[in-house]
Amino acid sequence: MAQSTTAAARLPRTRLNLSAYGERIAGFTILAAVAAWLAINFIDNPQQFMTASVIGISNGALYALIALGYSLVYGIIELINFAHGDLFMLGTLLSATVVAAAFNLFNEPVGMGALGWLVFAGTLVLAAAFCASINVTIEFLAYRRLRHAPKLAPLITAVGMSFILQFIGLKWNGSGQKDQPSVLPQGSIDLGGVQIDTNFFVVLAVVIPVLVLMTWIVTKTRAGKAMRATAQDPDAARLMGVNVNRIISFTFAMGGALAGIAGLMYEQVVTTTRYDLGLQLGLIAFTAAVLGGIGSLPGAVLGGVLIGLIQGLNEGVKYGAGQRWTQSVVFSILILMLVFRPAGLLGKATREKV
Amino acid sequence: MTMLDVSGISVYYGNIAAVKDLSLQVNQGEIVTLIGSNGAGKSTTLRTISGLLKPRSGHIVFDGRKIEGIPAHDIVRLGLAQSPEGRRIFPRMSVAENLDLGAYLRNDKAGIAEDQERMLELFPRLRERIAQKAGTLSGGEQQMLAVARALMARPKLLLLDEPSMGLAPVLVDVIFATIKRIRETGTTVLVVEQNARAALSVADRAYVLESGSIKLSGPARELRNDPEIAKAYLGG
Ligand SMILES: Nc1ncnc2c1ncn2[C@@H]1O[C@H](COP(=O)(O)OP(=O)(O)OP(=O)(O)O)[C@@H](O)[C@H]1O
Ligand SMILES: [Mg+2]
Repeated sequence: MAQSTTAAARLPRTRLNLSAYGERIAGFTILAAVAAWLAINFIDNPQQFMTASVIGISNGALYALIALGYSLVYGIIELINFAHGDLFMLGTLLSATVVAAAFNLFNEPVGMGALGWLVFAGTLVLAAAFCASINVTIEFLAYRRLRHAPKLAPLITAVGMSFILQFIGLKWNGSGQKDQPSVLPQGSIDLGGVQIDTNFFVVLAVVIPVLVLMTWIVTKTRAGKAMRATAQDPDAARLMGVNVNRIISFTFAMGGALAGIAGLMYEQVVTTTRYDLGLQLGLIAFTAAVLGGIGSLPGAVLGGVLIGLIQGLNEGVKYGAGQRWTQSVVFSILILMLVFRPAGLLGKATREKV
Repeated sequence: MTMLDVSGISVYYGNIAAVKDLSLQVNQGEIVTLIGSNGAGKSTTLRTISGLLKPRSGHIVFDGRKIEGIPAHDIVRLGLAQSPEGRRIFPRMSVAENLDLGAYLRNDKAGIAEDQERMLELFPRLRERIAQKAGTLSGGEQQMLAVARALMARPKLLLLDEPSMGLAPVLVDVIFATIKRIRETGTTVLVVEQNARAALSVADRAYVLESGSIKLSGPARELRNDPEIAKAYLGG
């Protein structure tokens, strides 16, 4: 009698454990399949594998910069800023325009040597400031007014903003490509049979310090603390003396600056851009932000690099599905991610005490 | 000397008046309590004084300056801090960072460190948990943190909205003993409470709020002995 009661009491727990167990098995199977696929490709052609990885990380670093803009804004006002990809596009256009002007000014047909670095650094600052100003203006003109409106209103406004920015891009450069060679010395380095583009090192040399600086601002400075406080409870932040409007502007400025920097890097690496670039890259970066856990800044970086790697490998190794399938692969991974870890890789799954 | 002079304010949510023609004064060095049943408008009054809400009419003078219409973050700068209802600590920040935010507008590093030390002496539980995320504190610890955080601004006037909410009786006593100590250090206190008995025992004066208007006011000692108050707010 006593025994059967125990068994009955145990039954639902066993079932629960079984389903958790099944989920874990499924998760491990997927991870094992991915690991096997990576290993097969690596063994098949290590050089090819490494080359693809390097390209992937390079792209991923740019996705990370853009993804941060989504996560920063989402973190503070819970808005998916659909215009962010288009802001990045304007950053590429500005960069191409400034670089073209520099080529004209210095009358150099190709490559600018040491001067190139100076132009590069100047354009970096300009692009960051340009995109930061636009982002702050958008928030001030459109989103601020809708802060207490139902969530759908700012969301639709953001979609509208995305079209407006695309329209500006279209007016600026027409519907064609804008091709503009890089100001930086081009070439590649041979590392044990792996060809590494010098651009790769330039990207890392810019993105890593930018990420370190951003992390420092968010975690250590007074403005960073105010940002996090505003994200967690804006009214309580006001009671601490935080000027919430100013902190939100600051956040948009930061996100915008990152998009501008990503814009220049993209323009320098890919050397072409178009008014609708933001649609495609914005979607990838947004996916990266969700993959990492939207609102989480380390998550955005991780998500960006992962998606870059997935894309690089998918397009660059023998058993990859090829470029046409990249979007499908990326989104399949996102869906799996959301099934197994809805909060994203580094998202906050914990519930707070209220 | 009158430190806070609220005269004839009315506050609306949409078209509904939550506070109607309310006046109250707090003098320097006093502990004043505002009591009343649920929905009487106590939190609305404090939120309006702090600048989170704007009164539709009436005036609020703090320390000789009109403050109605001044944004909340500038009111803090004048020396008026609030520990809001429901604690509202920053859950994903550490206890230390929460305290830092309380001192957000201050620049005197040495003074801030000194005050943090004072808070940790006042609430030893917070010292043990200084690096812990505030969201993982117990309810009582969060309440202590909310009060300490408001004090980190070194306010002239401290507004407390239901500091004893959800606390065990022992902790209620600790909180009210702390309120007395806070006053001894020269801070004036306006405290909103459901726990009228405890509030009336530490306060100098009290206001009774009913449906958005002051119904009664006077020395706390008198109100404590008022049979009508006893019946309505002290449970018999
Ligand atoms: N954000 C709001 N929107 C609309 N009405 C509100 C809002 N906040 C409060 N009210 C209403 O205003 C009135 C006063 O609310 P308030 O929070 O000031 O009461 P209270 O005295 O603090 O009550 P409690 O003791 O329950 O905290 C209530 O009728 C409440 O329903
Ligand atoms: Mg209340």
